[in-house]
Parts: sequence; structure tokens; C-alpha cells
Amino acid sequence: MTSSPALELSEVTLTLGGTRVLDGLSWTAAAGEITALLGPNGAGKTTAIRCVTGMLAPDAGSVRVLGGPPGSANDRVGLMPQSVGAWSAARPGEMLRYLASLYPDPVPVHELVDALALAPLLHRPYRRLSGGEQQAVNLAGALIGRPELVLLDEPTAGMDPHARRRTWTVIEGLRSSGVSVLLTTHDMDEAARLADRVWIMDAGRVRICGTVPELTAHASLEDVFLRHTGGAA
Amino acid sequence: MNGSRVVRYANLELRLLLRNGEQLLLAFVIPLGLLVVGLLWGANVGVDPRTFPSSVIAVATWSTAFTSLAVATGYERRYGVLERLVATPLTRADLIAGKALTACALVAIQSVLLSAVALALGWRPIWGAAGLASAALGVGLGIAAFAGLGLLLAGTLKAEVTLALANLIYLVGLVLGGLLLDQPPVLPTAALGSLLRAAASGVGAPLPLLILATWAAVLTLLARRYFRWTS
Repeated sequence: MTSSPALELSEVTLTLGGTRVLDGLSWTAAAGEITALLGPNGAGKTTAIRCVTGMLAPDAGSVRVLGGPPGSANDRVGLMPQSVGAWSAARPGEMLRYLASLYPDPVPVHELVDALALAPLLHRPYRRLSGGEQQAVNLAGALIGRPELVLLDEPTAGMDPHARRRTWTVIEGLRSSGVSVLLTTHDMDEAARLADRVWIMDAGRVRICGTVPELTAHASLEDVFLRHTGGAA
Repeated sequence: MNGSRVVRYANLELRLLLRNGEQLLLAFVIPLGLLVVGLLWGANVGVDPRTFPSSVIAVATWSTAFTSLAVATGYERRYGVLERLVATPLTRADLIAGKALTACALVAIQSVLLSAVALALGWRPIWGAAGLASAALGVGLGIAAFAGLGLLLAGTLKAEVTLALANLIYLVGLVLGGLLLDQPPVLPTAALGSLLRAAASGVGAPLPLLILATWAAVLTLLARRYFRWTS
């Protein structure tokens, strides 16, 4: 583990289609910790992740990923995108084997299959999986490369309570292994349970940040979220 | 770019493509149907049996490098496949090269299959070095031009719009684009059709080659400029 942050965004600005999506966004994700990025729909969370992966280039500001520019450490980063992230005709087993083949030291597929209870899904095409099942395979795809940094964009959306608890256990296990995790979520309980540090953003910039105990000293995390994001009284 | 990553990606994409009914229809059923009908019964409507199989190979190249690629890439973009892959050690150059390799491999399979069926049905082209070289280069340039157009659609429009437009343009190209019947080689489809028909008569076709090369350069540059990796 290093003392420098796993992720660092500094004064990032990005305009897409005439709309300023990121507006001087600055936050960091410490190495070996779980960092939650919260915000209402359209706040810019997914866009920020796309700047981290190099899918989008900011108009201004800087992004550092594991000490380098975006895209420079893709063999050490795992991404769980918000969308399906797989071909509809692909079978999870072949998808995971293919993703594993891209990395120098992948996790054996059967380990992830066991941890996320994927065995019954391996030979069914993606299009025949439920939303929660697709999410579970999607998470496995993010972890298959034995990453040092994992980006999880709403990892438990659509999951039933059993799958959600399994996923939380996996994410906590990542932290125990020294992996840095960035997760976005609309589930405040999930953020409160998992995150070491929370950044709440709205309209493309950070509104408040802190550890969960700091933020929830006088109110619930949901109340803090509502107070600092659009629509709050 | 990494050769083994490119080959593995192309291998996966080819397997997925051959598992898709609509893609099989475009890649094999329609061209084979056209070929058999044209060779067995086309003489009644003026089909030249010497050049018709070449026209069908041009159609197959069009369907694979344009329509199939556009539709598949549009949905890859919509489903976040591209977003996921570009965040792995597979680079964008690997991914594009893998798609090019998939298209080349499929067109090669189609060309061999269509030629074999045509020869079995009595096709007797005049093979010549100039014609063969012109045909090989022309198909390569045609793939580049059609793929450029396909990626331009897939990378700028919604997947459903890409699906509808790619099929519409496919039909227009098939009927009016000069793939099956000689037209001035202005469009890339007409240039490829006339070039392959000339090749079956043993001659090269420098002007259509030049036109195809120009289209390939323009369309690939446009795709490079405007393609967006996320929806």
C-alpha cells in the first residue's frame, strides 16, 4: 500500500453537448480504502468515472489514477460499468474467461464463481439473465484481473437482498486485501456500511465530504445527502 | 498494439457473430440465395454468369463490413461493452484491429464459400494476376470504406437508429448502389462491384481502386473523428 491516493481528481471540468457536467470537481480516493461517491441522478458520478478510465477527456483539470494518467494502469484497474458491459449473446463463463485472458495475473474464474454464486448462470446468454444476475457477473468482470483499484458504478442496483449481502462481503474483502475501491450508489445504507470516506456531489462538483461518523454525527447520511444536493429544503 | 490480444478479441467477436441469426442471414443466407437464383435462373433476365458471382461477393463484403459491423458496434456501445473493454488492457487500437480482423476473416470465409458454390454451379472466371491483385486490394479497401461508414453510424447514433438506418442503407446499396449492376463507380459500392466484375474477366480496374481508396480514407477519418465510445 502506498501513501499517495489511488485516485485524484483536481478541478476537473467537462462540458458535453453544451451542458457543463463536471464543474471544478475535486476529490481523492485513498489507497486501500472504500470511497463512496454519492449524488443524485445527473450529478456527474458516471462521467467522473469515465474520466478516470480515460473514456472521456476533461476540458480542464487533472486526473491521476494509481499515480499516472488515465489509461496508463489498465492492467491494475477493474471497472464495473453501470450498464450491462457484455454482449447480449455472450455467456458469462466465456465472457469471464475472455476478460481473464487480458490480464497478466487473473483471479481463477472458479474463485469468483464461488464467491458470487455464479455457477447456475455460466452457460446462459446474458440476455436471459435478470438485472441482478447481470450485475453479479458484471462485478466478477471487474475483479477478474486482480486489480489494485476497483471502480464500481452502482454495484448492487437490481440485486436481491441475498446477492446484495454477498456483494458487500466481497467488497469488504477487497478492502481487507488492500484493494482501493471507488463505488457510486444511491443506497445510503450501503454507503454507510461500506465506505471509509464519502464524497457527496451535485451538479458536477463536491458539496460535502467526510468519514461516515463525521457526516452522520448529527443526522442520518440520507438527511445529509438531501440537505446538500438539489431539491433539499 | 498486441497481436495476441487482437486475435483473441477477433476470435470472440467472430464466434458471437456466427451465433446471431440476423447476422447469419446477412452474411450467408442472402448472398448464397442471390448466387444460386442468379446462376440458375438469371440468364432469363440478362444476368452475366461470368461476372455475377463477383457481384455477390461484393454484396457479401458490403453486408459484413458495413451492416453487421454497424449493428453489432451500435449495441456494444449501448450495452457498455466498449466502455468495459477499453478500461482493460485491451487498447482502443487492439479493439479496432480486432474488428477489422473479424470483418476480413468473415469476408474471406464468405468469398471462399461463394466461389466454391459458384464454381460448382458452372462459374468459369478468367483468372489473371492483374485481376486477382485488383480484387484482393479492392476488397480490402472496400472493407475499410464500409467499416468506416458503419463505425460512423454506430459511434454517433443510438443503437436502434443505427439498426434501422444500417438495414435501410444496406438495401439501398444492394438495389441502387452498383453492387449487382454496373454504374459509374462514384459510390464505394459501385466501385467495388465494377472492380470485382472486371477481375472476373481477368483485368484490373485502376479507377475504381482509386475511388475506393479515397472513400476508405475519407470514411475512416470521419469515423476516427466522430466516433464516441459511450452512448
